[in-house]
Amino acid sequence: MFEYLNIIFSEIYKILYLLIPILVSVAMIVWLDRRVWALVQKRRGPNVVGPFGLLQSLADALKYIFKEIIIPASANKTIFVLAPIITMTLALAAWAVIPFSENFVLSNINVGILYLFAISSLGVYGIIMGGWASNSKYPFLGSIRSAAQMVSYEVSIGIIIINVLLCVGSLNLSDIVLAQKKIWFVIPLFPMFIIFFISALAETNRPPFDLPEAEAELVAGYQTEYSGMMYAMFWLGEYANILLMCAIGSILFLGGWLPPTEMYLFDLIPSPLWMILKILFLFILFSLVKAIVPRYRYDQLMKLGWKIFLPLSLTWVIITASYLYYFDLLPTN
Amino acid sequence: MIAHTIFFYTFSLIAVFSSIMVIVSKNTVHSVFFLILDFISVSCLFIMIGAEFLGMIMLIVYVGAVAVLFLFVVMMLNVAQQKNQWFESRTGYSHMPIGLIVGLVILFELIIVVGGWKYKPNLISSSSININQEVTNTHSIGNVLYTDYIHLFQLSGIILLVAMIGAIVLTFRKRSGIKRQSYTKQISRERLESVQLVEVKTNEGVKIDD
Repeated sequence: MFEYLNIIFSEIYKILYLLIPILVSVAMIVWLDRRVWALVQKRRGPNVVGPFGLLQSLADALKYIFKEIIIPASANKTIFVLAPIITMTLALAAWAVIPFSENFVLSNINVGILYLFAISSLGVYGIIMGGWASNSKYPFLGSIRSAAQMVSYEVSIGIIIINVLLCVGSLNLSDIVLAQKKIWFVIPLFPMFIIFFISALAETNRPPFDLPEAEAELVAGYQTEYSGMMYAMFWLGEYANILLMCAIGSILFLGGWLPPTEMYLFDLIPSPLWMILKILFLFILFSLVKAIVPRYRYDQLMKLGWKIFLPLSLTWVIITASYLYYFDLLPTN
Repeated sequence: MIAHTIFFYTFSLIAVFSSIMVIVSKNTVHSVFFLILDFISVSCLFIMIGAEFLGMIMLIVYVGAVAVLFLFVVMMLNVAQQKNQWFESRTGYSHMPIGLIVGLVILFELIIVVGGWKYKPNLISSSSININQEVTNTHSIGNVLYTDYIHLFQLSGIILLVAMIGAIVLTFRKRSGIKRQSYTKQISRERLESVQLVEVKTNEGVKIDD
């Protein structure tokens, strides 16, 4: 009996050891996002609360906690409350398989990349449920939009993942990282990296693909009826998802925790820090895109997903497969 | 082992409960949500017996794509308002016989499947595939799927392709009088062909034809 308790407690300790830094970094990343956005537009951004405004997200969180949670009278109450919880749980659950170094990973499962893909494809439910349960026009339209958008871009992300898996020969995330010891996949698969980056923007509803919450047309999309802590949970989940997409991108293309080359200077930096630096690099790209690019029209978005990205990534699968086959580089075991 | 049993019974109870709720719940959207819960718990059961690849694919395909489209359609139809019309329809129980026949067929098939379980050991020993415990099940599925069953695999691919083309052909309508955006046309537009200087005579105006 005590053995079981011991296992349970040590697991909970490990989970908290991973989750609390992630939650804190989500708060910090919101600050970073706003700061980058402001710098591009020659503003100052949040700079009042704490040094450099670092505690701004904390102040925001406090404000959300003390605000009243309003549930509309005509809303479907259970699903309305469930939606933000699901969004946040899924966004955090996916971090279980992300490897930060060779040993620093919560669960090193065989089908890690499939798990990540499955969890990120479940993320759409939080949005659909929130939009439908609000029983109001704008949230519903927003959720319908996002459902179509996320399903379409998942297809191209899946095919890009197949490209990488062809070069690795394993679904395990640590194996994917270790396969990039000679060369990061961003170099041989550069076009796929670009497509992955854009699809990740669409998958996380980031600008320029933030049509589900296009404020000019839909007020705030699926979040319109949410207030207080429930809104904050949507918001946290969204940013945790963005960080997750950056982590997936750095594992698939930027060599995860590996330094660029084997060098004494690079080895001084511990491997989790490499991973974090890569995630931050991708995130800054995300926020630069937000500041620079105007929003897409809905039909353009769909056209980009189905008529350009899907054929392109499928063709690239054939090219990669035939290259590997012809030069006898296919990973076999 | 105790933990394994606890997890198994939790997931299977959730699976049975939610599949009952799919049929019983009055709101159609709730039914779809229970169906999703059912899929998720079944994929958890798959993972528990070691078929992790199958479980994950089940999550990705059924929950991530099929059920989303399901939900999409059900929400658009707004069926939530026509509560429980099945039992209150004016025609009485005219559709009951069809339902009963379908139910009987499914029951019959289930009985056959459960009966076939008895011969499972013989079937496993007679099959030509030897299962290697060392290889992960992603590898072993791949080894079988692309060698022994390649023709069946490609056949199912063709069936899916035909179904997809069929759906597109059925819903495709060519409408006239729609203005479509063409990027190449827009980009290749020159000033000379789009701007024109017109001399307007007083009291006559210009005739615009476009």
